[in-house]
Amino acid sequence: MALDRKIAYIDLTTGKIEIKSIPLEVRKKFIGGRGLDAYLLYNNAPQGCDPLGPENPLLFSGGLLTATCASATSRTHIMAKSPLTGLLGSTNMGGFFAPEMAWAGFHHLVITGKAEKPVYLWIHNGQIEIRDAANLWGKTTTETQWAIREELGDQEIKSAVIGPAGENLVRYANVMTGIKNAGGRTGMGCVMGSKNLKAVAVRGTLDIKIARPLEALEFNKKFIEQITSAKVNQTQGTLGTPFIWGATNCWGGVRTRNFQFNQMENADEIEPEAIDDIAAETMGPHHMTGCFGCQVHCRAQYKIPSGPYAGKYDEGPEYTSLGAFGSEPDCGSAETVLTANYLSNQYGVDNLEIGSIISWAMELYELGILTSKETDGLDLRFGNSEALLEMIHGICNRKGWLANTLADGGVPAAEKIGKGAFDYLIQVKGMSNLHSDERGTPGLALNIATSSRGSDHLRSRPAIDLYHLPVNVLRKIYSSPIPYGGPLSSEHMEYIGKPWQVFWQENCYMAVDCLGICKYHTVFLGATLPNFEDWPQAIYLNTGLEFTPKEIWEVAERCNNIERLFNLREGLTRRDLVKGDMLNHRYFDEPCRRGAPDIIGARIDREKFDTMVDEFYGHHGWDKEGVPTAETLKRLSLENEPTHLL
Amino acid sequence: MDKFLTVNADKCTGCRLCELVCSVVHEGSSNPAKSRIQIVKWEDEGRYVPMICQQCEDAPCQSVCPVGAISRDKEFGFLKIAREVCIGCRLCVSICPFGAMNYNGTARSVFKCDLCDGDPQCARFCEVKAIDFVPADAVSSEKKREGAARQAAANRQSLIMAEHV
Repeated sequence: MALDRKIAYIDLTTGKIEIKSIPLEVRKKFIGGRGLDAYLLYNNAPQGCDPLGPENPLLFSGGLLTATCASATSRTHIMAKSPLTGLLGSTNMGGFFAPEMAWAGFHHLVITGKAEKPVYLWIHNGQIEIRDAANLWGKTTTETQWAIREELGDQEIKSAVIGPAGENLVRYANVMTGIKNAGGRTGMGCVMGSKNLKAVAVRGTLDIKIARPLEALEFNKKFIEQITSAKVNQTQGTLGTPFIWGATNCWGGVRTRNFQFNQMENADEIEPEAIDDIAAETMGPHHMTGCFGCQVHCRAQYKIPSGPYAGKYDEGPEYTSLGAFGSEPDCGSAETVLTANYLSNQYGVDNLEIGSIISWAMELYELGILTSKETDGLDLRFGNSEALLEMIHGICNRKGWLANTLADGGVPAAEKIGKGAFDYLIQVKGMSNLHSDERGTPGLALNIATSSRGSDHLRSRPAIDLYHLPVNVLRKIYSSPIPYGGPLSSEHMEYIGKPWQVFWQENCYMAVDCLGICKYHTVFLGATLPNFEDWPQAIYLNTGLEFTPKEIWEVAERCNNIERLFNLREGLTRRDLVKGDMLNHRYFDEPCRRGAPDIIGARIDREKFDTMVDEFYGHHGWDKEGVPTAETLKRLSLENEPTHLL
Repeated sequence: MDKFLTVNADKCTGCRLCELVCSVVHEGSSNPAKSRIQIVKWEDEGRYVPMICQQCEDAPCQSVCPVGAISRDKEFGFLKIAREVCIGCRLCVSICPFGAMNYNGTARSVFKCDLCDGDPQCARFCEVKAIDFVPADAVSSEKKREGAARQAAANRQSLIMAEHV
């Protein structure tokens, strides 16, 4: 039974390991996955603890429905206090790690302390061992995974690992599994590195009993059909997420040259069809792969066509890779994008963050804020592919003054560089924005400003805003399970109704993150995909637990509020430019210069943005500073937190 | 009706949904170790090969069984194990060239594919049809068509070249 999966507490300082059951009352309050991790973080992280210190709890989890019959239940969640932002650190990755951990008997790991020397965890059928990782330290992310399989003699072992970037405490180092599944954001790989933890290896052959197996199978068939019948998923199944980049660049929603433009020109070589051609030429007609259980198979398989890594097998590239290594640094070469993608995968660094930070440095260089003295003679201009790749190597290895400075993240780097560098950094809460340019889309601007882990599109983006759906259709979606009678707008450039949409999406994504399901299987890019009304069946048939749609919504709200409480405790204040729900002034002051006719000249209106945030807080039951009111905490049974139920 | 499970490994995305549904249908649990179909992967090459029971005509498992516990199902043609006859010697596991005969450590018995009594769930759930359930007289149809398509494309290409010369 999914409900039988255990939680393990592992202290790397003392070597003590404690395995416990997860009480039913905890499941009812937080369900599992990211939601339960948020609770564990709030209860286990001492206020103000050093993100790189032994007290920072590092959490790994699978969702309640991991490895059961609910379409793609592949997702792993990782959480800790972030060394990049000093606030909530949280990241999510696909692949096969969480299912394997579930078959090994575990849904949650709480890792504290710091090992004296490099170690890795070996988790197998209910047993946990701390093993020496001297032979693994220094290896790339894939080398590490294959070496673990060799050492333990089992080719089916799945590992969540760090690469050299994590070992070198790059503040945005990621955690990887497989060829390219990455827990990229907020520097969770850096936390692993700070604990001398090279990898978590799992292997499991234990049953996960399904509550009503034959009914669950039939439900799964219908669930999958609903998911694969969505046009957007069919397109992703052939072109992957690059198609989103191509579609967005068309109308001007892609930040280019850091933030100078909102559309990339001369991008023919990195258009989705061009990338698809490379995949087809190097891997044949069937060149898509995917995560556990998934029938969308949204990522391409390919071999790098040219350059120093020609012939290397890799997967992707993703929407964010095209942004990080294509539009932001304005490098229009497929070889560059694919090589940079490969390097970030091998080094184990967030491609989104590293691409953004280098693009920021490029703008500083062109402005003269950085000179060839700081770049050690490197001509760090936009469009210089060699410079981009050299900076990636430099940052991940912390070689060179500028690379070492950038490796600490944008905000500390800005302080060191001075001369107004911070003004050009496109970040929220200290984390760089992905390449989407939200100056024309207020709803999306609100989403990145208020997302719990920093500038991010995966916590609350109302992406369907871009489809101009009729208001009655929008109302149907956004009035379930809680009725919404307020204004809505079909227009993506409007401010009306967006606060409710972002609030709804925030709860929707929290719910899938608790369940362990991929966001492409809910209302993210597709308006017809499963959500609150559909999940009760999935939960009941697989686990026997009963939730109504409203109860799932309430769990999501509760978990989002715990994330908020954590951030507030660590110093979040509404209007702070570094630890707030605020956007870089360029969103308000610099109008878009390219794109579709209605986008040109667009920028975010400061007053209207403020009003949106007010309304957004209102929907949450938070005060004007974004603090949950006593009434809200009581309604969500959070008034006594931290309660240490687990 | 004579039908076979056929595998087109090129198409396999490595998702392993087949392993999940197989173990759920047969064991009521999610557990790939108890799935009758298993995907073998070369992750660093992006190659995935579904391994199934080939339901051999001259089956080594049937031949090696000392007590004759393995026989052919009259309706669907799959090789099945008579539980009450099986002594659990596991010679069938050793002899199968495809690793398709498995051993369940909890139930202490061997297990293999039984085509889900004529409606194989692996094929049903595989959207890309890397595994399919096809009539005996059509097992090579798709491969033939794929091969023919490659030849036809080459022919068209050479005609175009000839026009330009």
